Amino acid sequence: MMLSILGLSQVAVTVLTIVLVLVAIAQLGVIGWLIIRNRDKVKSTATTSASSSDGYKKRKRFGMKARRITSLTIIHIVLTVLAIVWIIPFVYVVLHSFRANDYGTPFPQAIFPTEWTVDAWAKLLGGNPAAYQDSRFDWINFPRWFLNTFVIACCSCVISTLFTLMTSYAFSRMRFKLRQPYMKLILVLGMFPGFLGMIAVYNILSSLGLNKGILKDVALVLVYSGSAGMGYYVSKGFFDTIPKALDESAKLDGASQAQIFTKITLPLSKPIIVYTALTAFMGPWMDFIFVKMICRGDTDYGTVALGLQTMLEREQYMTHWTLFCAGATMVAVPITVLFMFLQKYYVEGVTGGSVKG
Amino acid sequence: MTEVSASIKKPNPFVAFFISIGAWFRAFPKRFVNFFKRLGLGIANWFKGIWTIAKEGNWKTRLSFVVMGFGCLAYGQWLRGVLYLLLEIGFILFMIFEGPAYLGKFGTLGDHLAGPIYDEAGRQIGTSQGDDSLQILLFGVVTILLIVIFAVMYFKQLRNAFANQERAEFGMPIDGTKDDVKNMLNKNFHTTILSLPTLGIAVFTVIPLIFMVLIAFTNYDAKHLTPGQLFTWVGFQNFVDLFNFNGATSMGQTFFKLLGWTLLWAVLSTVTTYIGGMVLAILINKKGVRFKKVYRAFFVVTIAVPQFVSLLIVSKFFDTQNGLVNQLLKSWGWIDENIQWFGRTNLARTMVVIINMWIGVPYSMLITSGILMNIPEELYESARIDGAGPVKTFFKITLPYMLFVTGPHLITQFVGNINNFNVIFLLTGGGPTSGDLMTPAGKTDLLITWLYDITVNGTNPDFKMGSVIGILVFIVCAVFSLIVYGRTSAVKNEEEFQ
Repeated sequence: MMLSILGLSQVAVTVLTIVLVLVAIAQLGVIGWLIIRNRDKVKSTATTSASSSDGYKKRKRFGMKARRITSLTIIHIVLTVLAIVWIIPFVYVVLHSFRANDYGTPFPQAIFPTEWTVDAWAKLLGGNPAAYQDSRFDWINFPRWFLNTFVIACCSCVISTLFTLMTSYAFSRMRFKLRQPYMKLILVLGMFPGFLGMIAVYNILSSLGLNKGILKDVALVLVYSGSAGMGYYVSKGFFDTIPKALDESAKLDGASQAQIFTKITLPLSKPIIVYTALTAFMGPWMDFIFVKMICRGDTDYGTVALGLQTMLEREQYMTHWTLFCAGATMVAVPITVLFMFLQKYYVEGVTGGSVKG
Repeated sequence: MTEVSASIKKPNPFVAFFISIGAWFRAFPKRFVNFFKRLGLGIANWFKGIWTIAKEGNWKTRLSFVVMGFGCLAYGQWLRGVLYLLLEIGFILFMIFEGPAYLGKFGTLGDHLAGPIYDEAGRQIGTSQGDDSLQILLFGVVTILLIVIFAVMYFKQLRNAFANQERAEFGMPIDGTKDDVKNMLNKNFHTTILSLPTLGIAVFTVIPLIFMVLIAFTNYDAKHLTPGQLFTWVGFQNFVDLFNFNGATSMGQTFFKLLGWTLLWAVLSTVTTYIGGMVLAILINKKGVRFKKVYRAFFVVTIAVPQFVSLLIVSKFFDTQNGLVNQLLKSWGWIDENIQWFGRTNLARTMVVIINMWIGVPYSMLITSGILMNIPEELYESARIDGAGPVKTFFKITLPYMLFVTGPHLITQFVGNINNFNVIFLLTGGGPTSGDLMTPAGKTDLLITWLYDITVNGTNPDFKMGSVIGILVFIVCAVFSLIVYGRTSAVKNEEEFQ
């Protein structure tokens, strides 16, 4: 074959160039199409006003329509292809959680498994893992990890949300000495790579006795939510947009700052509360660095992230591949569903606070 | 909308941004001097204040120099007084029983290891407890922080006592405990709601940060691991070592090579995801496209799925030996030998940028699509009336508008990408390794993943250099974000909405 004559790197570069060129053409095509379409619109308005011929107008309109339909079809095709590319890894994971596992075989070659089974799911969700009497699996206790993660996520979600909202309210509504310097300080502190400080955090938590058994989960909650006040940025931006006149009139009625916060500002801030809570809740599901440092390989008290990661690390990852797929599905589905429902708030939060000119 | 039309006449936000970087650095020496001037003035005033209190205070106030909170108790502020007093007692107890152990050895970070103790006859009579440099350093920092806090509170109560005295002399009312409680929910509500978050930030960010910065001035590395060994101060030696350019695998050369790639990566990944997201948003929002929500949902899934799942899967797809992509290409007869997707520098770098698009495009689509729909139709219409062509319209209206509105966001993204740990760590782990870099570093390593490899992940942890690099990365990012922060109208026009 022609390609085999070329060196390996050349093959790679060729394939890649093709892909890149295709992507570039697709993007250019889309932009070009948009431009042409708009020009047509401008032209057609110009010509229709100039020409009085009905037949010409009709033909023109018909041509427009045909072109519109073709272009829309192209857009739909492009979008569908892109959507497939985006979703394929996840479809693959779901499908392969049902694959009949032949432990240790090379990576499956096809997207669709040939034999189907719920073996991995049964192993993952049901019963006592130690009963397998197999050191490859007896440490896998997925229901427990899931419960750990859920509890940790709920606790840190509550604490984080409170901390964030309180900090941002103070920065947005109260005026006090050191307000600006404090805000800047927090911004700068946030630039420090978090895991570098983890050695110190681990030692602090150990000295508090939070390094044994279930207390590791308490430590995790603290790690995830302790510095939550530093994420004041987005919600402060939101609070800033609530008219201060509301506060003033409440003050005239004798309300204290605490009452204004709980009875006026918070009820008006539903999107930002949901956004803050959502991101805080998702944090523990997504983190894989801090949990590793706190739990030190003790998966029993760790989150799903630690467990799933360990699956791929302990032995050849092929051994646990279907289990990993099932576990990943279990993690991804609830978060995705939650995210879909609250997407509106998420977008409002992101665009409302951080994107301002 | 007037703001928008005005904005278009402003200079390009990116040009403005780089101008402001220059301005920031030009203003820096002045600001630096001013800072110290103000600091000096502050200290002078502070001494003056203390002197006044000592000179003019009555016996109640003067007693407060020794018994904290006495000046409050004597004037009926018993809640404050009791709290101050408890603070003093607690602090003294702490300094007697805990503080000296850490502070005393802070200068050397410990001088002996655990070992047998012998009596005069040479018999072993027990085992001595060794020093742990790490604990000494960490809790030394904690102790110093506590002393600072105590000092602040000490002078606060002094001023409080003096103010009480003056108020009593002039016959003015003094806030009692009831007022204190009321103020906590009203006038001083910010103290109430900031106290817990601040405690959290102090424990989980500030102390670790100070600790790690100090590590940069010690020799804490694989040869000096605690608790088996001790480490100690070495001054600026590590910073000198960083600028050692002898040989290709030296620290200095590796650092600047990785810095170059990190900046290139940050630019590439920010631009590709931004433009990709914008194109995608334009496509989906096009009039006549059906199932908009379904399409959007397909893309948004990537945001919701944890990255360690999605990126790990993709990285296994491109595995050289068993990866799905290679297997498929082989079975179709397109290639005869496995392609090492992450095995060669340029290919691996291209791959991480492309896969990063897969991760980042949906996010930027979410952000841009709302703003795209907000571009006022009148702008387009007036442009059309003026006879501007669609190309001109795009470059004169759509792009400037988008850049203007999302400018700060883009720069935040840029800083975020400098520290984009997940993508590199989960996809390539920094590889491929190379002969012209220091051992744990690879060709796709960002500074942040390199840092992770040499501190947390490696078999030969080198905390001291990790800390030095961390400080440098930190400074770069901090300068960037401080400038952005100053330019964001969310800060500038803070009072405008209210």
